Amino acid sequence: MSRTPRRLVLAVASTFGLVAFSTGVPGSAATSQSSTTYPVQIAAANGNITVPVRPTAIVSLSPTATEMLYALGAGGQVKAVDSFSDYPKSAPRTKLDALNPNVEAIVAYKPNLVVVSGDTTGLTAELAKFGIPVLSDPPATNLDQEYQQFAELGRATDHVAQAKAEVTKIKGQIARIVSSAPPHGKPITYYFELDQTYYSETSSTFIGQVLGLLGMKSIADAAKGAAASGGYPQLSAEFIIKSNPDYIFLADTICCGQNAKKVSQRPGWSTLRAVRDGHVVGLNDDIASRWGPRIVDLLRRVANSLTQHSRA
Amino acid sequence: MPNRTRAPGQDVVADLPASVLPRVSARRPVLVALAALIGATVLGVSVGPADIPLATIFSALLGHLPLIHYHSHVSAIDWDVIWQIRLPRVVLGGLVGAMLAGGGAAYQGVFRNPLADPYLLGVAAGAGLGATLVIVNGSGTNVNHLLPFAAFAGAVGAVILTYLVGVTSGRRASTASIVLAGVAVAALLTAMQTYLQQHHEPDLQGVYSWILGSLGTASWSDVTLVLPYVTLSAVVLFLHRRLLDVMRVGEEEAGALGIHAARVRIIVVAAATLGTAAAVSVSGLIGFVGIIVPHTVRLLSNASYRVVIPVSMIGGAAFLILADVAARTVQSPAEIPIGVVTAFVGAPFFLFLLRSRRTGVL
Repeated sequence: MSRTPRRLVLAVASTFGLVAFSTGVPGSAATSQSSTTYPVQIAAANGNITVPVRPTAIVSLSPTATEMLYALGAGGQVKAVDSFSDYPKSAPRTKLDALNPNVEAIVAYKPNLVVVSGDTTGLTAELAKFGIPVLSDPPATNLDQEYQQFAELGRATDHVAQAKAEVTKIKGQIARIVSSAPPHGKPITYYFELDQTYYSETSSTFIGQVLGLLGMKSIADAAKGAAASGGYPQLSAEFIIKSNPDYIFLADTICCGQNAKKVSQRPGWSTLRAVRDGHVVGLNDDIASRWGPRIVDLLRRVANSLTQHSRA
Repeated sequence: MPNRTRAPGQDVVADLPASVLPRVSARRPVLVALAALIGATVLGVSVGPADIPLATIFSALLGHLPLIHYHSHVSAIDWDVIWQIRLPRVVLGGLVGAMLAGGGAAYQGVFRNPLADPYLLGVAAGAGLGATLVIVNGSGTNVNHLLPFAAFAGAVGAVILTYLVGVTSGRRASTASIVLAGVAVAALLTAMQTYLQQHHEPDLQGVYSWILGSLGTASWSDVTLVLPYVTLSAVVLFLHRRLLDVMRVGEEEAGALGIHAARVRIIVVAAATLGTAAAVSVSGLIGFVGIIVPHTVRLLSNASYRVVIPVSMIGGAAFLILADVAARTVQSPAEIPIGVVTAFVGAPFFLFLLRSRRTGVL
């Protein structure tokens, strides 16, 4: 298995009170200029950080940040990425461990910017001793936060205009997908499967909000303790069967080899509406656990399954 | 019951009556345990996040009984919840509970040690290593299929290793050298398992939730997987209940009475290990059942293995079914690891029992 479960990252981050999301620096500096003047100050999730010079050796310990850096054209400045950063393929993947980062191994790459998705081990303070700035872009809870992280990374890496263009492109693609999705009366319900112990996501999570654009509603919303779990409650087979959702989305296809056929073979699942109607849709686990540029692909795949449905 | 309540391990050959075994009736404790099991089963089938009225459940079950031409009007979904989700879970919980409690009682008997539990000789550590190996190395699809077999193989392998080391060390095969070998083997396998899990952090949660035990994905195929082992094990333990009583006086003394202690020990350990290994391979490592249930039986009724073995099995089944009801309802629809429930509920109850029966049998 080769993904960092988003739930784990979130849990770790929130345990340490780090889900105080980066406010970025909206307003003047970020939006009016098309290039960055160094040193640049960035108000990030891990405090105010200063990037002294244009980074030429970036170490990314966040698979999402890696995807974003390449999407906005900063790939050439990336020197090393962590073991989970498997996209794009051209990224210089190393054995660096994002969950338990080794300061010495990071310093060995002589980076002038390190990007993480959370700091639970005091990495920011450790690397400060070497004068290396750490920029934390924690799991986004909505699309606006994703866009903000693009802007933040753009400013830090001197790709302000590209970051803006990328955000505009994503917004446009999402708008097109949503507008061409088939209309429907009442909300379409879905069960979003994160793993085989029935951990799921509510409509208020990042993915939940993205699917909400298509007028879909998660059955996990009705689970007791859904809010207390941070939007990622554990359901049970009985709860899912009784809820009888219209769609089932599997975000455990890569990790755990799940697919529509396997789901239909689970005891008691064959009579579910989603199974009978062929509405069990496999998703890419990695995309579903990140908040990067490929969220558009996920939305498109879901929208296509709805379109096929309305034709049938 | 005349003065037959000595600590296992204490030599009581002096007052061993000529007839060796006094009369003991297991009927009443067995009936009480059976009543508890029936109560637990009814509760287990009727409780769950999907609100299905008790009447519907019984009418559904009645409607599906062979030879009875009764037509129930139960929706397909309700029937699936009852037949595919709740019932296999209750049955599997019963089998696992029976095996852990019966295995614990048997281990306590052959090792004449009140602290012995089914994991004494490395079953848990071996199963944990086997399961972890599959979880961290397995790619997707295979994990679910391979996991029970790997856990089973690890558990059985660990006990064989313990036995080989324990029997060949020391001047003769004493229970002490076997138990010590078990401690060492368990420590070694646990170290390997911990090393593996720390090196595969993304899989940590999978490993942990397996270790803490769950019946969350119980299915009829799990039931058919463990049923033969549990049945075989239960039959062997049941047939040895009298010999275990004789062994309570000590191995040499049992030998003087014409019993081949080492042979009894290896047969009982093999049977208990097979059954326990099969149980943990589908349920994960559920702790505490193997200690608390047999001792509760001893405290409440009788220390004779003719009572302890059958009543522990029935009572263990009831206890684990109830523990699972708690595990899946307290935070429904999320689940609490069942091992947490067995310890959290079981420990205070056991302490209470221990205090209120100070003159007990330990």
